[in-house]
Amino acid sequence: MPKSALDPRDPLGLDDLFDAEELAVRDTVRAWCADRVLPHIADWYERGELPEVRELARELGSIGALGMHLEGYGCAGASAVQYGLACLELEAADSGLRSLVSVQGSLAMYAIHRWGSEEQRQQWLPGMAAGETIGCFGLTEPDHGSDPASMRTRAKREGADWVLDGRKMWITNGSVAGVAVVWARTDDGIRGFVVPTDTPGFSAPEIKHKGSLRASVTSELVLEGVRLPAAAALPEVSGLKGPLSCLNQARYGIVWGALGAARSCLEAAREYSIGREQFGRPIAGFQLTQAKLADMSLELNKGLLLALHLGRRMDAGTLRPEQVSYGKLNNVREAIGIARTARTILGANGISYDYPVMRHANNLESVLTYEGTVEMHQLVIGQALTGQAAFR
Amino acid sequence: MSLRIVVCVKYVPDATGDRRFADDNTTDRDSVDGLLSELDEYGVEQALKIAEASGDAEVTVLTVGPDDAKDALRKALSMGADKAVHVNDDDIHGTDVIGTSAILAKAIEKTGFDLVVCGMASTDGTMGVIPALLSERLGVPQVTLLSEVGVEGGTVKGRRDGDAATELLEASLPAVVSVTDQSGEARYPSFKGIMAAKKKPVESLDLDDLGIEADEVGLAGAWTAVDSATARPARTAGTIVKDEGEGGKQLAEFLASQKFI
Repeated sequence: MPKSALDPRDPLGLDDLFDAEELAVRDTVRAWCADRVLPHIADWYERGELPEVRELARELGSIGALGMHLEGYGCAGASAVQYGLACLELEAADSGLRSLVSVQGSLAMYAIHRWGSEEQRQQWLPGMAAGETIGCFGLTEPDHGSDPASMRTRAKREGADWVLDGRKMWITNGSVAGVAVVWARTDDGIRGFVVPTDTPGFSAPEIKHKGSLRASVTSELVLEGVRLPAAAALPEVSGLKGPLSCLNQARYGIVWGALGAARSCLEAAREYSIGREQFGRPIAGFQLTQAKLADMSLELNKGLLLALHLGRRMDAGTLRPEQVSYGKLNNVREAIGIARTARTILGANGISYDYPVMRHANNLESVLTYEGTVEMHQLVIGQALTGQAAFR
Repeated sequence: MSLRIVVCVKYVPDATGDRRFADDNTTDRDSVDGLLSELDEYGVEQALKIAEASGDAEVTVLTVGPDDAKDALRKALSMGADKAVHVNDDDIHGTDVIGTSAILAKAIEKTGFDLVVCGMASTDGTMGVIPALLSERLGVPQVTLLSEVGVEGGTVKGRRDGDAATELLEASLPAVVSVTDQSGEARYPSFKGIMAAKKKPVESLDLDDLGIEADEVGLAGAWTAVDSATARPARTAGTIVKDEGEGGKQLAEFLASQKFI
């Protein structure tokens, strides 16, 4: 006989698939979010700002959440599954928080850790792991999203120095970053550069009027004659392989993170349906509501199994980028479906920030297209299945 | 010689779960998930702070409880404690606070200590008398219910905030202290701490190891007995107090009748 009744929050008992350390990592992030984020997030979101971003970054650093899956240089050296669980809990609070952590750890820190020189790693990673220095990652441009190979940002040699000119768009953490990893076209292909944000010619105006990821700092990066020493280039990579390897890390985090947003929406809808009475009984007692809840729960738990499978493969070193595309495509698409269905269960209350549903649904609109749109991931999977490249 | 701190912690049923009694009127620890008592987290936090300030200290967390109680120890180790002692014996089942204090005292003596730190009470039994019982059994001073605590030289000093007065207290080591939920929020176990905890030593002891006879503890050795337990009746419609000059008095009477004041 099972120890206790079925837990509607974990109906399949998937917690049994995690070990004690994995659950402890999850508990730490969940507790931190409950204390530090959930009491304020609706207000931050409505105001369209992340007012304590530096303090939040330091606290995330102290628990070890920044660059947590990297080894050495003050990083926690956690497993991919632990990293995934942390992303899930962060995004259960808000996709903006998870984006902050993803960009810091999987994009900026990973780029320096994987492709940087020893000097670059020692200079930047400990402060970034502690949350003292916030990082951002500049690949996307105003006119070049899914097709980064066409980027216009350019780095030219002037003597030993590099001089960068161009613009980057939709850059999370940009305006609060102390360091930017910027990808630029050179005579030898695309190269990465570690740019201190106080370098003359660098600016990062914040993007306003967002209808999504409102509790997240999103910026444009403007590079006008940004002069950098030769040592600022990431020495270990040239070509699109550099940024794409980083995106693969971040996408992996999203595979888990999106499920956090979905879980919050499902839980809000489930609780609401039990308390909300229409026609003389809880709407949870209507078959149409139950069909919605059952399907939401089904997709959430299937997504978790997929995320965990990919996580175990990443920890085993056997995870392929195409497999990450399966996870990113499925889990974000299902998460936004869950959020929208939850919205319908809450009726008019579904659009209120008193409930997390509309906030998550709107956030997931960004998550659906960033780090590879649905269509790009379909094309990646299509190519993997057929051997035919349909987009390049 | 380094400062030896022992923190007594308890593994309690999750208060957000459906807590109930077992057939023998003891706490049913099987039907609901457990965790490190939140009030004991304050004890762990203050012990770690004292250890960090001292620079030369060793923090041991100690619990008496069934197999699952190791989860409470693991959390304390993740927060930063150095090692753990787990007293676990089937004959301990049903032990009351008198027996528990006897077991803890023997384990503390076996471990060696300069300072024993406790929370203000457990969140399940909420007796709150363990610190005083330990003080008596160990023959050392007690400084309890502190909202601020520190060690200077061979002295533990602290502040107790009462309803009418604030007391500044101190005792020479070795001593027993307890800290309240006003002593400072407990830290989150960091990811490095969680992974380091796996490698930290956890010593398992049974009653034989402590030289305690089975009949001194357990249900049979308990000084108190629970004859019956009844669940609080389901909530009814509630009472509406109309303020016609006597509203405050009626509210107070209602609260008193429900044993809230």
